[in-house]
Amino acid sequence: MTEENRKPTPEEKAKAAAEAMAKARAAKEAKEAAAQAEASTPATESAPASKPVSEMTPEEKAAAKKAAAAEALAKAKAAKEAAEQGEEAGSDADAKAKAAAAAKAKAAAAAAAKAKAAREAAGQGGDEGGDDAKAKAAAAAKAKAAAAAAAKAKAAQASGEAGGEEETPKAPSKNQPYLDKYVARLTEAFGADVLEASYINELSKEVPTLVIQNERWHDVATFLKNDEQLAFDYLSDLHGVDYEDRLEVYYHFYSYKNQQSVAVKVKTGREQASVASVMDLWQGANWNERETFDLLGIHFPGHSDLRRILLPDDWVGYPLRKDYVQYDEEV
Amino acid sequence: MSELLQQAPSLGNTLWFVLAAVVLLAVLLGFVTYAIYFERKVIGWMQLRIGPNRVGPLGLLQTVADVTKLLIKEDTRPKNADRALFTLAPILAYAPAFGVLAVMPFTESIQFADLGIGLLYYIALSGITVLGVITAGWASNNKYSLIGGLRSAAQMISYEVPLVMSVVGVVLLTGSMNLREIVEAQRDMWNIIPQFLGFVVFIIAAQAELNRTPFDLPEAESELVSGYHVEYSGFRFAMFMLAEYVYMFGMATLITVLFLGGWLPIIPQLDFIPGIIWFILKFSAYVFFQFWLRATMPRMRVDQLMSFAWKVLLPVALFNILLTAVVVSYQSGMF
Amino acid sequence: MNQNILTTHVETSSDTGIRTEEMLLNVGPQHPSTHGVFRLVVKIDGETIKEAIPVMGYLHRGTEKLAENLTYTQIIPYTDRMDYVSGMTNNYVLCHAVETMMGLEIPERAQFLRLIAMELNRVASHLVWWGTFLLDLGAMGPFLYAFRDREKILDLFNELCGARMTFNYMRIGGVKWDAPPGWIEKTKEFVQYMKKELDSYHQLVTGNEIFLSRIEGIGKFDEKTALDYSLSGVMLRSTGVNWDLRKNEPYCIYDRFEFDVPTGTGGDCTTRYHLRMAEVVQSLRILEQALEQFPSEGEVLGKVPRVIRPPAGEAYVRIESPRGEIGCYISSTGKDKPWRLKFRRPSFTNLQILPKLLEGQSISNMIAILGSIDIVLGEVDC
Repeated sequence: MTEENRKPTPEEKAKAAAEAMAKARAAKEAKEAAAQAEASTPATESAPASKPVSEMTPEEKAAAKKAAAAEALAKAKAAKEAAEQGEEAGSDADAKAKAAAAAKAKAAAAAAAKAKAAREAAGQGGDEGGDDAKAKAAAAAKAKAAAAAAAKAKAAQASGEAGGEEETPKAPSKNQPYLDKYVARLTEAFGADVLEASYINELSKEVPTLVIQNERWHDVATFLKNDEQLAFDYLSDLHGVDYEDRLEVYYHFYSYKNQQSVAVKVKTGREQASVASVMDLWQGANWNERETFDLLGIHFPGHSDLRRILLPDDWVGYPLRKDYVQYDEEV
Repeated sequence: MSELLQQAPSLGNTLWFVLAAVVLLAVLLGFVTYAIYFERKVIGWMQLRIGPNRVGPLGLLQTVADVTKLLIKEDTRPKNADRALFTLAPILAYAPAFGVLAVMPFTESIQFADLGIGLLYYIALSGITVLGVITAGWASNNKYSLIGGLRSAAQMISYEVPLVMSVVGVVLLTGSMNLREIVEAQRDMWNIIPQFLGFVVFIIAAQAELNRTPFDLPEAESELVSGYHVEYSGFRFAMFMLAEYVYMFGMATLITVLFLGGWLPIIPQLDFIPGIIWFILKFSAYVFFQFWLRATMPRMRVDQLMSFAWKVLLPVALFNILLTAVVVSYQSGMF
Repeated sequence: MNQNILTTHVETSSDTGIRTEEMLLNVGPQHPSTHGVFRLVVKIDGETIKEAIPVMGYLHRGTEKLAENLTYTQIIPYTDRMDYVSGMTNNYVLCHAVETMMGLEIPERAQFLRLIAMELNRVASHLVWWGTFLLDLGAMGPFLYAFRDREKILDLFNELCGARMTFNYMRIGGVKWDAPPGWIEKTKEFVQYMKKELDSYHQLVTGNEIFLSRIEGIGKFDEKTALDYSLSGVMLRSTGVNWDLRKNEPYCIYDRFEFDVPTGTGGDCTTRYHLRMAEVVQSLRILEQALEQFPSEGEVLGKVPRVIRPPAGEAYVRIESPRGEIGCYISSTGKDKPWRLKFRRPSFTNLQILPKLLEGQSISNMIAILGSIDIVLGEVDC
């Protein structure tokens, strides 16, 4: 919030730069914010914590935002240079920070309408919690936005701007057909509700990403491996992430047959965290699941030998959880 | 010296014997000291290193320092080791290695006992060494030691067979088991030429008998850490080291006597060079060969080692006996 | 680190009239051939392994946890300490992940320097493997020959970045140091020298009957198993899968150079030996081309913000390290520190197949098989 308070000084100068910067930085956040807003409806998300993950359900929106993001990224470089020149402080970092702050408030004021329009255009109801916060922030235009909603607000503004500018449809990602194919196959086999979300992850070399319902994950995994058209025979990576309100297991699969990757995420609660083991499908999941269990405390029912692997057996707690407290400070 | 043996035991000649033995021991220790030094130097050069060069001029006192360290080191013994056997093992390993030297003719005049069955004595006595190794492996109460000990038993017993078989050819040619007579019989031609097959089998089997690369499985530091002597330290470990090098000394002597013409010069015209010099030269060549192998060879695997002994070496040795027997019979006019 | 392992049931049998007993043997964590502090509890019957239980974690430093409290630039030195035999690829995978997220352009010269550093490191890493593998098999000489030549690479690195193993050379957006004057020429000389040396390596070892018979046909697995166990790198290629991320998912500027991906079909230790030796040749080939085309001038660090803040979101990238596929996952909240950082370590993943490979093998083979997987414990434990 302090950033926003000292916003007026650099604002005039860095305006152009700031806008572009904000766009660039927030391009991804746009998606995220949208996704959060989306996700907050069905999922049990606690509102105040800022969510880093990007997930998006409706594909049209994904495409639009993605395109926006891509363009904004490209512009970011040019804009950055502009920012450097324009900034009296001269420091790149400063410029960025200020720009961000500037853009935040600025966009909040200026692009409120745009943002709203964009959001609506994206097919989003204004009645969701996240959107409420955003709308409020936009309307108030000032440091009015609640501390907890700051990040969201920022993202929302950017999304508003980006969305506003890039209303025109953009060329979809080269991996879009693959994503469509996966979604189609999965929907065909399991129904639409098995997918909690699906999108192209721009940040990660445009890998198609699926968020799968926890309860049906093992069936889906079996399908992913055995289906002729999907045939994901190789598990490249498996690990967990703690997002404070939930835990997620991230899988990166590769199909040597189709030369295609897919990232899969499965969510679980923090209490009694549990995700079905895929060790019976990919032996390579064995130690990775043990490691995830060891460091994050996610249980993998179906795993034949779920023990700690890196830490001693009598270790207390799961170190990679965000609320982990060292058992012994002296260690 | 041999005539002393024929005399009735008296204080005088007993003292003589003791003195001679001590001198031999001193020579032996000197050899071991500098064999180790040269081994480290030679391997060092072959492996792009310098080797010991800090203690004394050119590092000549390095081994002395090492041995001193071993001797003053604390004598540790594993808690659950078999005390008696643990103590006995190094002695068992060392005593026969030293004992075999009694029959070795270094030159025409330097020999302790001129036994009629010198060769048999050597082979019989050297077979005891394996007992020391197995005992050490068992008594240490360590799994690596045990595996090392068992490997060693299997290996040494297996290779003893081709080793003995390979020298039968020499015995056939000479018609004697007396080592001195074997050397004398090589005046015209060293045994290495008529007995080349036997020589090859012998040198391989000897390598295995000595537990040296590429047959150093009982020790195999990359698998069994150090094999049978992993629990030994201090002077007990020194005994094993000593046994290994003394045994090498014995084997080098034997191979020189059996195949390389002992103290005989390479051609009769070079007779003016003393026999002992010739002996040392041939002896050193073999020792160097050992170091050379150690610097370059990887280690064999147990199963391959065993099948090599029984399926390759033994048939070759038997064939050599047959061949020699036929040739000897022919020469003596049997056909 | 399971203490219960030691209470595993040990069978005694007297089928043959002789009472035999299985034995639990602890190989490691302090054993000359476990290449670090890896521990293997093997249940043996005589010298035949019935079961092998890998135990690790003795070198676990919590790199991933530490990283959560460090800025991206500060994490780079930690990556050097994971796979300390090929720090350059580790440097690169982290930088590559961040750069992918931020969409940064890397200057041409920096790209070349990165590629040259990575390939030199690959050669160095394979040399270490070659030497230690032979050392495992009881030959000491090759080890020292390999280290002599690796030393030359380390000297080159020393000149390049002031460190021999813990490089901390790459930065997000480029590399920290430009090549010092004359460095490229020296590297060219080294490449020519190394080519000649390789022949002598083959002369010394590759034709050795003892060596060949020791590794022939052991540690064998097929393509399906390899994929099932998520194996990568030479472990995967030895089963006939033609897969090299440098070729199949080109990163850095690998797509500009000509090189082959050595692939074998034997799936045993011999195949892996030959593949690694062939990879050195290919790396030298890439190096030759890269050094020839090295741009005469240019920036080595691109325009990057002073504070690195990747956009919120997550990314997973993977590249080809000498040991296989090394991956880096970053989850960012848009702050200067990662929310979660995860490395997919090839040594860790490749090691999973070890218990399967060891079943029914002898202790000598155990050492050879473990050696042929080529693990670095800093990476296994992370």
